[in-house]
Amino acid sequence: MAKYMLIMRGTDEGRADYEEMDFSEVIAAMGRYNEQMMDAGVLSAGEGLADAAEGAVVDFSGETPVVSDGPYGETKELFNGFWILDVASQDEALEWAKRAPLSGPGTKLEVRRVHGPEDFPADDEWIVKEKQWRAELGTE
Amino acid sequence: MEATWRLDSARIVAALARYTGDFALAEDVASEALAEALVAWPRDGVPRDPTAWLLTTGRRRAIDAFRRRSGRDERYAALGRDLAEGGAHAGGTPVADDDPDLLWDPDVIDDDRLALIFTACHPVLSREARVALTLRVVGGLSSDEIARAFLVPTATVQARITRAKKTLAAARVPFEVPPEADRSERLGSVLQVVYLVFTEGSSATSGDDWMRADLAREAVRLARVLSRLVPHEPEAAGLLALLELTAARFPARTGPDGEPVLLADQDRRRWDAGAIRRGRAALRRAVGAGRGLGPYGLQAAIAEQHDVARSVAETDWDRIVLLYEALGQVAPSPVVELNRAVAVSMASGPAAALALVDDLVAREVLSGSYLLPSVRGELLVQLGRADEARGELELAARLCGNARERGVLERKAAAL
Repeated sequence: MAKYMLIMRGTDEGRADYEEMDFSEVIAAMGRYNEQMMDAGVLSAGEGLADAAEGAVVDFSGETPVVSDGPYGETKELFNGFWILDVASQDEALEWAKRAPLSGPGTKLEVRRVHGPEDFPADDEWIVKEKQWRAELGTE
Repeated sequence: MEATWRLDSARIVAALARYTGDFALAEDVASEALAEALVAWPRDGVPRDPTAWLLTTGRRRAIDAFRRRSGRDERYAALGRDLAEGGAHAGGTPVADDDPDLLWDPDVIDDDRLALIFTACHPVLSREARVALTLRVVGGLSSDEIARAFLVPTATVQARITRAKKTLAAARVPFEVPPEADRSERLGSVLQVVYLVFTEGSSATSGDDWMRADLAREAVRLARVLSRLVPHEPEAAGLLALLELTAARFPARTGPDGEPVLLADQDRRRWDAGAIRRGRAALRRAVGAGRGLGPYGLQAAIAEQHDVARSVAETDWDRIVLLYEALGQVAPSPVVELNRAVAVSMASGPAAALALVDDLVAREVLSGSYLLPSVRGELLVQLGRADEARGELELAARLCGNARERGVLERKAAAL
């Protein structure tokens, strides 16, 4: 078993399609999908992000960080939300990803393994501290 | 494809079992559909909706089977016609041919999955058969995977599953969620299967045997599924809590060379905080049912006391003693009494505990097990009775089957 993050990525085009959908239908479709993953005992966490236009970008290209309003514009691919699944294999994570209620041109889900404690030296002081922080935060 | 199967096998077998009213047939035709997919998909490409493809293929195979049987067996004749016409049968929903969506009626699918679990764990089956069948149809594991996890040949697993299906058919076990009157007793059988899968998976002490660790996690996943299907059953939540709170300690359970690390010596910072949080939430649900804790819930409450303590010394041993007393009432066993004695020694000192252990010795329970002399030896050490302690620890070492643990006992005895 390992943890995988499903990262929602959408282009502006995908975003426009999404805007046209009935909001209550979007919520219902996502709800049904989340419930399936809960029922299967694999859903660990998930969040959706507010509109990228509300956000800001901090750019480190120059001498000092430069803040600009609005979305991260170079790639036209926005990170819109994520799920974290606890599954037996990457294939299983991909199978869940294929079933996400997302559609349309430009909509993508990236599937990435989440680092586990086995990826780090157990005796490193910062890794040990991080275990304690996770206990405090109630995160895994 | 294996991943599709793992996600959907329970729903596919459950839907086909409701559709045909025949669990064994449903498992057969589902397996046939999977075998067909293994040939067809690489050749023709993966279908748009793999699950629907498997389900439709399974239904066609079921209809073929009924047609074959109806020549020999009048009972199936009407049923075969009925299925071929997409009619309703045995309380099933009428289904238009090639429209699998109707089989996924969300109002019945949970009942179907629950009926599947109860059928796979039916008391007419041996424990080994229940475990194999549950992992196969509910967990979606292949016979090979089950065989690897239980360190038996694949043929053995296949034979167990075949035999189990024949037994269910011979005993005319209906595919249903048991009626209210039998439900709690039948649930006990289901919970026991999940617990057995977990203990089998967690008894592997070495980290190189990944299938076994995966088996323990699969048991946790099954417990999650079950506790959602029967949300008002405190023991289902109690079992989930016990498994989460126990698995939380796994990361600290083995040392760098794979040697077992005792609770007292574990680095508690390595325990899985997320698993502890989920386990405690499940335990709260078990308590919240308001019917008192059963054996699994009580064991979970004991595990919780260990998981929330900062060290052995700071553990609430008085509370653990009380919980063991309650556990001894609802699920009496010598091992529970011995564990209570250990908790008493931590709460009130070795003399009080020795009286309890001597009582177990006098009643001649646990004879032949190394556990009793090892605990007794440890208590005698604490009481300063070194000669007697050495004899007990040497006896424990002779009885102990695990080489690593035997070494620990021998070193303790030699040090006296």
